[in-house]
Amino acid sequence: MAEVTVTAPVASPERPRKAHPFRDVLVRRLGFGLLTLIIVSILVFAATQILPGNAASAVLQNTATPARLHALELQMHLNRPAVAQYWSWLTNLLQGKLGTSLVSGASVTSLIGGRIVNTAVLMLLSGVIGTVIGVGLGMLAAARRDSWLDHGLSVIALAVTALPEFVVAMGLVVFFAALIWHLFPAVSVFPPGASPWSSPSLLVLPVATLVIVIVPYTFRMMRAAMVDALESDYVEMARLKGMSRWRVLAVHALPNAIAPTIQVIGLNFLYLAGGVVVVEYVFNYPGLGQALVNAVSDRDIPTIQFIVLLLAAFYVAVNIVTDLISLAATPRRRLPRS
Amino acid sequence: MASTAALEVLKSAGRARARRREWAAVLSRTIRTPRGAIGLAIVGLVVLIAAIGPALARYSSTQFVTAPFANPSLKFPLGGDILGRDVLSRTLDGGWELLLMAAAATLIGVVGGAICGVCAAYFGGIWDTVIMRIVDIVLAFPQLVFALLLVSVLGPKIWLIILAVGISHLPQVARVTRAAALDVCERDFVRAAQILGLPARQVVRKEVLPNLTSVLMVELGLRLTYSILVIAGLSFLGFGLQPPAASWGLMINENRIGLVANPWGVLAPTLLIAALTIGMNTLTDAVARASLGVGRRADDALLTGISAVGAAQ
Amino acid sequence: MTGDDAVNSGAQTSGSEAATDTEEVGAATEAIPAPRAAADETPAAGPEPAAGDAPADTDASAGNAAAAGNGSAAAGQARLTVNELQVLRIPARGRGTVDVLDEVSFYVQPGEVLGLVGESGSGKTTMALALLGHVRRGLVIGGGRISIDGRDILRMPRRELQRLRGRQVAYVPQDPSSALNPTLKIGTQLREVLASYEGDQKARDERLTEMLAEVGLSTIPGILNKYPHQLSGGQQQRVGLAMAFACRPKLIVLDEPTTGLDVTTQRRVLETIRDLCKTYRVAAVYISHDLAVVAEIADHVAVMYAGRLAEIGPAREVFETPAHPYSRGLLRSVPSLDRSRVLTGLAGHPPRPGNRPSGCFFQPRCEFALPACEQGQPPLVRVSDSGHAARCIRAVEVVGLSQPTGSGAARPDSAEAEAALLDVRDLSATYGNATVLHDLTLSVPGQQCVAVVGMSGSGKTTLARCLVGLHPNWSGQVSFAGKPLSRGVRRRSNDQLRRIQYVSQNPYLSLNPRRTVGQIIEQPLAHFEKLSARERQERVVDALTAAALRESFVDLYPDQLSGGERQRVAIARALVVQPDLMVCDEITSALDVSVQAAIVELLRGLQAERGLSLIFITHNLPLVRSIADHVVVMNGGRICEAGTVTQVLEDPQDAYTQQLLADVPKMTPVGEG
Repeated sequence: MAEVTVTAPVASPERPRKAHPFRDVLVRRLGFGLLTLIIVSILVFAATQILPGNAASAVLQNTATPARLHALELQMHLNRPAVAQYWSWLTNLLQGKLGTSLVSGASVTSLIGGRIVNTAVLMLLSGVIGTVIGVGLGMLAAARRDSWLDHGLSVIALAVTALPEFVVAMGLVVFFAALIWHLFPAVSVFPPGASPWSSPSLLVLPVATLVIVIVPYTFRMMRAAMVDALESDYVEMARLKGMSRWRVLAVHALPNAIAPTIQVIGLNFLYLAGGVVVVEYVFNYPGLGQALVNAVSDRDIPTIQFIVLLLAAFYVAVNIVTDLISLAATPRRRLPRS
Repeated sequence: MASTAALEVLKSAGRARARRREWAAVLSRTIRTPRGAIGLAIVGLVVLIAAIGPALARYSSTQFVTAPFANPSLKFPLGGDILGRDVLSRTLDGGWELLLMAAAATLIGVVGGAICGVCAAYFGGIWDTVIMRIVDIVLAFPQLVFALLLVSVLGPKIWLIILAVGISHLPQVARVTRAAALDVCERDFVRAAQILGLPARQVVRKEVLPNLTSVLMVELGLRLTYSILVIAGLSFLGFGLQPPAASWGLMINENRIGLVANPWGVLAPTLLIAALTIGMNTLTDAVARASLGVGRRADDALLTGISAVGAAQ
Repeated sequence: MTGDDAVNSGAQTSGSEAATDTEEVGAATEAIPAPRAAADETPAAGPEPAAGDAPADTDASAGNAAAAGNGSAAAGQARLTVNELQVLRIPARGRGTVDVLDEVSFYVQPGEVLGLVGESGSGKTTMALALLGHVRRGLVIGGGRISIDGRDILRMPRRELQRLRGRQVAYVPQDPSSALNPTLKIGTQLREVLASYEGDQKARDERLTEMLAEVGLSTIPGILNKYPHQLSGGQQQRVGLAMAFACRPKLIVLDEPTTGLDVTTQRRVLETIRDLCKTYRVAAVYISHDLAVVAEIADHVAVMYAGRLAEIGPAREVFETPAHPYSRGLLRSVPSLDRSRVLTGLAGHPPRPGNRPSGCFFQPRCEFALPACEQGQPPLVRVSDSGHAARCIRAVEVVGLSQPTGSGAARPDSAEAEAALLDVRDLSATYGNATVLHDLTLSVPGQQCVAVVGMSGSGKTTLARCLVGLHPNWSGQVSFAGKPLSRGVRRRSNDQLRRIQYVSQNPYLSLNPRRTVGQIIEQPLAHFEKLSARERQERVVDALTAAALRESFVDLYPDQLSGGERQRVAIARALVVQPDLMVCDEITSALDVSVQAAIVELLRGLQAERGLSLIFITHNLPLVRSIADHVVVMNGGRICEAGTVTQVLEDPQDAYTQQLLADVPKMTPVGEG
């Protein structure tokens, strides 16, 4: 019964079997992530290379003549059995041979390489700024619940949530680049190989767009989780224990509100993976998203395959990180009952 | 035992039943809140413009009637676009297809997702595992990227975009429905029906589904918002309706070069899309509040959680 | 305050003692407000009683205090004085201001425990929190005074109140599993209370060690580095106690601290509380819905009803000679371990704030109601010199009535058991890899009630689920009416399914909120029997009537019903197909004691009338007395004792049963009840 340990202190040796929740989660998540990537790669491969009308004719479109079709089929190994095609494609991919762009003939590596960094800078910057603003405002609104500040922020968040990023981007361009003020460039073009840091003003509008798009989610979740924590029995108890307002907020409520919010922050980063596509296109920012759009227009299959796989890998990685952080923030999940 | 009076009571109970349609009750509660009324008004206005717009347009949306990026004038209140077509006419004409496509994609996503979610929750075990694993894999594609992938192979076809957006909704709808259905399935009234030996179909239809009405209504609103977002986005990127057809997303892209010369070519469609999503959002939020209870954490978390997840694809 | 209240302000009392020497409404002007507060300090702003009375009150109060028999303490030394406390609900759209608590006055002396008893919705928790100067969202303190050692905490600056909490007034919450912060270690949560304790770090560490020993936690290795979820419920509650007693407070408020604990743990926690209160001469307010627990721990008892104190007085007097019809009804609802007796519940349910009747709030449910009861709030009427008073104009008559308990034996010991309707042999059940039931053998005779008793985790609910076919992972033989019973629902015949019906624990989860009561009850009927619509409707109405519900209920949805009514609907749903065996799984545990009594009463009637067999699963041993013929005691998935109720309860053979019986809180504090 419940009280056995009190009456019989001899019982309960500390942790009969050692649990490694972090390792367990990591192993499970890595395993599943790998499986996801394999399946995604099969799907991507199947979708782009096997589907009816095959990729070669899709690439050539109206310019297809039997001879050119045949040549391209050979180049893409479309004449071999599907499994063999997949296998050689995958092994090449893993060896870093990403193939050659069907459009420019350049290797995908050279086409994509620098863009990965550019996109990473854009996403990381937006993600971090967005998270800080969202969490901060969410806490503020929850602490001042039902004040005009809270209501104001909530209404703004509601309005901005799910606004398409090209709408936000156009709004920013209209206000800050083209029509009202001319503070920042309307496009963020810089030569390939240059670092996006070389002219930070180029980053302002793309980052601002993404931040505006993701902040409402973090804000609303943080506010909701914080309100929930502040309404909880343990926070009431902390108040009744005579804890100061600040301590109640920072020590008792915040750690409990963070755990659910981490999930949303993770999702925001995942969202950014899709959001950059449009934002890079709007601002002509030389990143992966823009490359993807161009590749889709040109039906440049190897480039598409690689970028989609890269995004899926990013998805898997973000999920693992999110899971580990939220595990660390939740003792209940981390430590066994004794 | 049963007097005629009792039978009368039973009959009136039948009437009461008809009155208590959950979705109708939620909707009527929704539009009586300020949020709901505002949201509905905005959405209604945009839908109206999109629906009767084509009939009101003075010029054909593909005719070159004025100078490229002509300034607004009496004849052309919003000026001309990049090729000298009337911006107003194109704006009036460019919304209905977006709305129809979004509605169709949403229907596919919510119905399919709800079926997956309820099955996973009710049958559990291997069903649950398989369905939810598949769902997780679809999640690995960002929503827009998923559509782009399909478009890159088969070309920008309307049915393909609808299907792609619909399928990309499935995982989130399934997850949310599953969570809600699990909650319902664990309640004793579902057990009570199971103990009677009722077939699963009947238990799901009579005991589980009626308790998911509000969740599914909120999902419908959210998914519609995201359908609009993705379909307009695809159109903006040039993978929706193909030129010279008029479409809001496409117009923004075509005309942004001339933003300084005639901003209306960009502003008009941008404002309409913004109004549509803001209105949808406000309405959905009001529905969530009306159906799940005002100020409850659940609805806010639900909305945020889901919206964020939804957007993540 | 309303005009009515002003007229009746004479009824204001200082709780444990009676305020007035007269029992009549008309004499109310002689009554006094809480004497100590008036004597100690100048009246503060707020709803004060008529100023003209004040000088006289002071004297009167002193006199009363001496006469109160509330310890020998002088009036000025009461630790806690609550005077005319009022808590209001902040008006929202569509509803006006209503009081949640009003006219509450009492006091508590150092070293004394006041038990505050009430059913759900009576304002207990609001009261508890108000004693720390705290109200939940949506509520506001409307007036009155709460003084701790003479200092009014309701008019203190916020910082001062904050310093007072934890150090001088401590709170022990109802549910420690939710009141302990899941992300902070036990050590952190204990130390932060001590941060304000006098002395240096060393002194605090010593106090921490001492504290853990006092509440019986020092034997758990590394407890300070554990998180709350790593402790058992009893241990969590001990942490709560340690936090409360850490700074040696003057007043401690305990809000149902043992609810949810099993009886053995409950007994130990109660002992700890009692010891600590005596040792440190802490004044304690112990809030509970469980009269037996209060009887065990309290010196004085206050009974709350609809936000008012219905009755207050020394524990023994209140339990033996209740002066308020409500207290009387409550006491009559409490089952007794010693004797089998008929439980009679209270009809109706308590009024919600904002929906209260005119006059006395209890009058619509009161068996003693007079026309005069509908006119205005009754005053607090004193019925004895020891401070026993009740808010009832007939209090003196009620006190004079015979014992509220004991109206004869509920069940004669059934002589010979009939042939078994249900026969269980060697039933073992598994959950995943764990075996949760071990070789259970029991039988249920026709037309009799078998109680299955056990604490949480004993496997009693799993047994029920096996029997009704919800949990198919079991082995062994179960036969029903001579035929073997298959494991899962799917493989049982329709006839078997119909004849065994199940009523589950929580009436808030067992009815589909989207269907009317009529639809709910009709469902099993439509499935099992082919009847015309008219016949079905007749049967539904019949079942409703049998469950003591009105026919008009068919029209309603579950959310329009109270907990007790919902449970009756669940019973009607089981009855409608005319079963032979009903499995009732803790069906009264979510209900108030008066509602529980009414449900038990109903079941007993049905059993006799319809020849039903019952399996009544419960953790409540005294309840077994009032309903069952046979009892099976379960512990850790095994049956440790079985027999007739009289045998098992009066002459238990098994050590576990003996322990359980010893630990059950007894209703009668002293002597015989």
